[in-house]
Amino acid sequence: MAKRMTSRKLLSAALIALAMIVAGVATAAIEVRQFDDPVLQQRYESLVDSLRCPKCANQAIGDSNSPIAEDMRERVAQLLEDGRSDREIQDFMIDRFGDYVLYNPRLNDRTWLLWGLPAALVLLGAVVIALIVRARRNASNRALSDEERQRLDALINRERTR
Amino acid sequence: MKRRLLLLIPLALFAVLAVFLYQGLSMNPSDRDSALLAREFPAFELATLEDPQATVDESLLQGQVTLVNVWGEWCPTCKQEMPQLLELAERGVRLVGVDYKDTRAKGQAFLDEFGNPFEVNVFDPEGSLGFDLGVYGAPETFLVDADGIIRYHHTGYITPEDVERTIWPEVQKWRSE
Repeated sequence: MAKRMTSRKLLSAALIALAMIVAGVATAAIEVRQFDDPVLQQRYESLVDSLRCPKCANQAIGDSNSPIAEDMRERVAQLLEDGRSDREIQDFMIDRFGDYVLYNPRLNDRTWLLWGLPAALVLLGAVVIALIVRARRNASNRALSDEERQRLDALINRERTR
Repeated sequence: MKRRLLLLIPLALFAVLAVFLYQGLSMNPSDRDSALLAREFPAFELATLEDPQATVDESLLQGQVTLVNVWGEWCPTCKQEMPQLLELAERGVRLVGVDYKDTRAKGQAFLDEFGNPFEVNVFDPEGSLGFDLGVYGAPETFLVDADGIIRYHHTGYITPEDVERTIWPEVQKWRSE
């Protein structure tokens, strides 16, 4: 029994070690750019996470090894060091690669539906709920007419006498 | 009766959504319009592949409709595409090549082996012109009109059918503008 436990432990330790190696290789594949200025470093990291690689299926340029993602990261770093703003750097990329390149697309005449629809649906839902609530409230507030009361009494009596 | 019809609203919404999503299934995410359509060909100044001493710039594309093809020796699809480009050159289309992220020796060897439909080849080893063109792979092809404005963009391999269906008609269309 004790022997089995140790072999299991060994196995899981080996698996954990393997996972760590694999993870290490995966992160080591993308070179990390270092800036002297921590603010630039932070802006660089958020920019490469917010720009989408045009070549790869749904990867940020900060996560991709494709040559174009490397070029784009290089360009982001250059532009940052030139003192350009985040907005200017995004514009620079949009000018070349289109709106596609932003994970968070800007509001314009092509994207208003994308941004507007969720808000419109929430509003529509609120209206529907308000209408239902109002209808229910009206229904419960309404007093029974004489005729209805008589029918109700008759029904209750019938159930009782059964 | 009216209330009954209201109950059909969710079904109708679902149907609209289903049609929308179904269309999405057959859409190719790499088929998107270039950001450079209807804009001027980006400025550049680079040596030619043929002669390291000779530099060319964007004025190269003024005066007549030109097909700019971005290629590289490292790109297998570019090799398959060459017969179609040679055919277009045969029909009198002016072609300019951009040898993208390549070495001179390899680029020259490529042209020697697969033919050279290009009037001139811009040598872009760093991919700087390619970057300004929004190129993210090769081959990519841009149709530039006589005023140097980009009018059409094709991503990837140009099949013989593409030549007949889009490239050749587009060339003729912009020639007559």
